[in-house]
Amino acid sequence: MAMNRLGALKGVMQRFAVVALVVAAFALMLLGKADTVAVERLRTTVADAVAPVLDVISRPAESVADGVEYVQGLMHLHDENARLTAENARLLRWQMVARQLEAENDALKALLNYAPAPQASYITGRVVADTGGAFAHSLLMLAGRSDGLRKGQAVMTGEGLVGRVAEVGARASRVLLLTDINSRIPVMVGEGRQRAILAGENTDRPRLIYLPANAGVAPGDLVTTSGVAGAFPMGLPVGVVASVEDGVVRVAPYVQRDRLEMVRALDYGLDGILTGAALD
Amino acid sequence: MRPTLWQRMDVMARHMVPFVLVLMLVLIAATPTHVPGMVRVGPMLSLIGVYYWSVYRPDLFRYGSAFALGLFEDILTGAPLGSGALMLVIASAIVVGQYKFFNGKPFIVTWWAFAIVALAAAGTRWLAVSVLYGDIVDLQTIGVEYLLTVALYPVVGWLMARAQMLLIKDA
Repeated sequence: MAMNRLGALKGVMQRFAVVALVVAAFALMLLGKADTVAVERLRTTVADAVAPVLDVISRPAESVADGVEYVQGLMHLHDENARLTAENARLLRWQMVARQLEAENDALKALLNYAPAPQASYITGRVVADTGGAFAHSLLMLAGRSDGLRKGQAVMTGEGLVGRVAEVGARASRVLLLTDINSRIPVMVGEGRQRAILAGENTDRPRLIYLPANAGVAPGDLVTTSGVAGAFPMGLPVGVVASVEDGVVRVAPYVQRDRLEMVRALDYGLDGILTGAALD
Repeated sequence: MRPTLWQRMDVMARHMVPFVLVLMLVLIAATPTHVPGMVRVGPMLSLIGVYYWSVYRPDLFRYGSAFALGLFEDILTGAPLGSGALMLVIASAIVVGQYKFFNGKPFIVTWWAFAIVALAAAGTRWLAVSVLYGDIVDLQTIGVEYLLTVALYPVVGWLMARAQMLLIKDA
C-alpha cells in the first residue's frame, strides 16, 4: 500500500518534471528571440569551451573527405585535364584584356584624382562545426576576438560570400550564413545594379526582397553586395539569380557549403551591420 | 558487504554512459562531414540516442538529461534556443509514459515506434519554431532529415546496444 502510494507520487513528480521542462523550453525560445546579451554570452561561452573538442573531431572527417576527393580526382583526371587546358587558353585571353583594362583604369583614376577604397585584411579560420538544416544555417570558425574578429564582418571563401560574423568568442566565433532565416544582406543585381535585400529562408536558395517591380531581373544575373548601410564593402560576389517565378527571385550562392574547410573574415575597418555599444 | 569507493565510482561512471554517448552524438552531428548535401540535411542523431536510452534504460536517462543535451545542441548549432530541448523532452516523455508498451518488444517494433515518436517530437519542434519566426519553416528539409533519421536508427541503435552490453550491463 505504502509502495503503491510512493509509486503514484513518483509518477506525479515525473509528470510535473515534463511540464516544467516543456515550459522552460518555451521560455528559452522567447528569451532567445529577444536577443539578449545574456543569451549571446551563453552561446559564445559554450562555443569557446567546445571548440577544441570539435577541432579534434572534425580533423578525421576532413581527412576522409580529402581522401574521397583524391580518388574522385584520379578517376576524372583525363577529362579534367582537357577541360583545364581549354579553360587556360580562354583565361589567358582574358588576362590580356584584364591587363589592358587595368592600365586604362589606372590612367583614368589618375586623371580623376580617385581616392582608392581601403584594402581589406583577412582573418582566416578553420570551420569546426557546420550545422544546417531546417532550423538554422550557421557555422563555427576557429578564430576569435584576439585574432581581430569583430561582429558584422563579411565572411568569404574564394568562391564568394559565406555570411557574416554573428557572435565572437575568445577563440571560436559563429558565422551566420547568408541562407539563414535571420540573414539580410544588401545586394545589387545584374547590369542595372538594382538594389535589393537578400533574405535567407533556411533553404539553399535565399530570395531577393524589396526589389523594384520593374527591375527586369533574369536568371543568370550576377548578385554582389551593394555596400548600402556600410554593412559590407561593395562588390563582393554573392551568387547568381537562379529563378524568377511569380515575382519571387531566388539566388544560387557561389559558395559550396559542403566544401567549407577554411573561411576568412574581411576586415575593412568598416563598422559592420551589428555594431553599437549595446552589442559589444 | 558494503561496496568499496572504487566500486561505487565504477557504478557511477557506468551510469553516466548514456548521457556521454548522446553528448557524443550531438558533437558528431555538428561536425562538418563534407559529404555533398549532408550539411543541409543532417540526421537528428541526438533524437535517436534519447529515444534509445528512454526505451532501454530510463532509470539512467532522465528528462533533465534530454533537456540539457537538447539545449546544448541548440547552442552549438545556432538553432532557436530551447527548440531542440523541447523536441528531446517530448520524445523522452512519450517513451517513458508508454513504458508498458515498449517493455521487451522486438527490434522491429521499437524501430516502427521510433518513426512515430520522432514524427511527433520533430513535428512539435517544427510547429514551435514556425510560430516563433512567424513563418513556415521549410517542410521539405525537415522531411528529408526525418527520413534520414528513421533510416539511420538501426545503425545508431546497434552502436548504442553494443555500448550498453559492454559498458553498463546490469550496473
